[in-house]
Amino acid sequence: MAAPIRVDLQLIADMVEPGTRALDVGCGDGALLAHLMNAKKVDARGMELSQAGVNACVANGLSVIQGDADTDLRDYPDAAFDYVILSQTLQATREPRRVLEQMLRVGKHAIVSFPNFAHWQVRLRLVFGGRMPETASLPYKWYDTPNIHLCSIDDFRALCRTMGVRIERAIVLNSTSRRINLPPLLANLIGEQAVFMLRRD
Amino acid sequence: MLDDLTDAERKALAQCRHAILGVDRPLRLDCGVDLGPYRVAYQTYGTLNADKSNAVLVCHPLTCDQFVADRHPVTGKEGWWESLIGAGKVLDPARYFIICINVLGHCMGTTGPQAHEPSTGRPWNLRFPVVTIGDMVRAQAALLDHLGIPDLFCVIGGSMGGMQVLEWAATYPKRVFSAVPIACAAHHSAQNIAFHEVGRQAIMADPEWKGGDYRLHQTNPARGLAVARMTAHITYLSEQALQRKFGRALQNRDALGFGFDADFQVESYLRHQGSTFVDRFDANSYLYITRAMDYFDLAGAHGDVLANAFTGTATRFCLMSFTSDWLFPTRESRAVVHALNAAAANVSFVEVDSDKGHDAFLLDEPEMFRTLSGFLKGAATVRGLGSVS
Repeated sequence: MAAPIRVDLQLIADMVEPGTRALDVGCGDGALLAHLMNAKKVDARGMELSQAGVNACVANGLSVIQGDADTDLRDYPDAAFDYVILSQTLQATREPRRVLEQMLRVGKHAIVSFPNFAHWQVRLRLVFGGRMPETASLPYKWYDTPNIHLCSIDDFRALCRTMGVRIERAIVLNSTSRRINLPPLLANLIGEQAVFMLRRD
Repeated sequence: MLDDLTDAERKALAQCRHAILGVDRPLRLDCGVDLGPYRVAYQTYGTLNADKSNAVLVCHPLTCDQFVADRHPVTGKEGWWESLIGAGKVLDPARYFIICINVLGHCMGTTGPQAHEPSTGRPWNLRFPVVTIGDMVRAQAALLDHLGIPDLFCVIGGSMGGMQVLEWAATYPKRVFSAVPIACAAHHSAQNIAFHEVGRQAIMADPEWKGGDYRLHQTNPARGLAVARMTAHITYLSEQALQRKFGRALQNRDALGFGFDADFQVESYLRHQGSTFVDRFDANSYLYITRAMDYFDLAGAHGDVLANAFTGTATRFCLMSFTSDWLFPTRESRAVVHALNAAAANVSFVEVDSDKGHDAFLLDEPEMFRTLSGFLKGAATVRGLGSVS
């Protein structure tokens, strides 16, 4: 039943202990939710902005509501979940810091994945191409991108420090979705995306 | 109590089951009156399985009744939710034991204002106590006790049926494994109360209503009831649906009649809706049931905090609304979803894109069926009801 899922989703799933409670914010078509439920017996819930995504999830037997990461996490009580997951969505929120705060209030752990805006391809395209970068993980034109708060891996680490949030795990992937183990400065250059697990300190 | 039935009641009871409840222990109504004995008429489809885990309660809306999936004993029309219930449908009697109970105060066999008051032997009429959605649900629970059904795999309903679903989940959380409130709200809005009041005033303005004692006087406030139905029917449709269906098309004529006959098709349609309704509905029951909806306020019954109605619930919820429903708009369902989130409940919510207005939940809406089918499949797996075909 556990069909293969996207590499970054698999990495997130690996961080989630079996039999726990998880909320996937921006759950899309529910691939991660279904995997968590079926392969790890997680009590998994979803929130998704697009009505089409929500309807598809519920029709597949997943517990999903329509909602917005920026505004609707407030409705959940403190520590309602073991994990609150935000995959490839942080950069599209209006107030990323507030969203992270809410995630860490609602969940004991927050798991966040995002594209690294300091990846070497991004840097090259901007510095030498003189145009807004378009890459595999950032495929949009500047004028119609949902990504309004892009950050680098180092930016994200700095925000965690400012917020006093403990980084429990950090995984960096290169452009072929392989894990790389490099010192932070290099990881910020070679890494195309990153997955962080956080908790309140 | 069983004597002097109306024609509609006689036909209904001949086609469904009923139980006499509250003989030893009357039902304490919200208004403080003890009601008993009282009759509950209900219809069932399918078979209760050995471990009694496959019971589904369908809660009917204001003007429907227990004949959810068989030919109506009065109108001869097919069941009001046969799009959903039947062989090969989302709720298949081969798999589920489906129960639909005529609500308290109604007029298709369950005790209502037309019944006889035990102490006097005369029809209650307007002396019948005002009942609430809570009273309806407690009477339903009493019937399930009587039938030996400990809990329900699913409670499902739209509109007033959805209100009953919410009431069930709040009052008997341990008896409700999954709940599907469709096109409803946790309270009746001012606008909804206003429309109901117009309907009630139309009935009471009919000289044949006679203060509710029309049966005694052998009169029939059919015109008042028909106007009430016409008003309500407009609220069940959307502007787009009316425009698409009728526009300004004329009825059986080529030019305006310069009079007050039904020139327009939409007038003719509403008149037809009104005149056929009176054959199957009782005017006093219409007063009582609309009142029950007006009084519904789930948050009000829980310290004005809706989430308190669902504290600690283990019920799986699936809410649904329709984009063009202005009687129970999406924001009302969303308010319930917010409350359920605050109670950390397991909840799904889908807004179905439809231009058919409130009535969409009774119509062929493939997206609603897909959602329901997926939700029930997920719930059945957790419940251990075996594989779904």
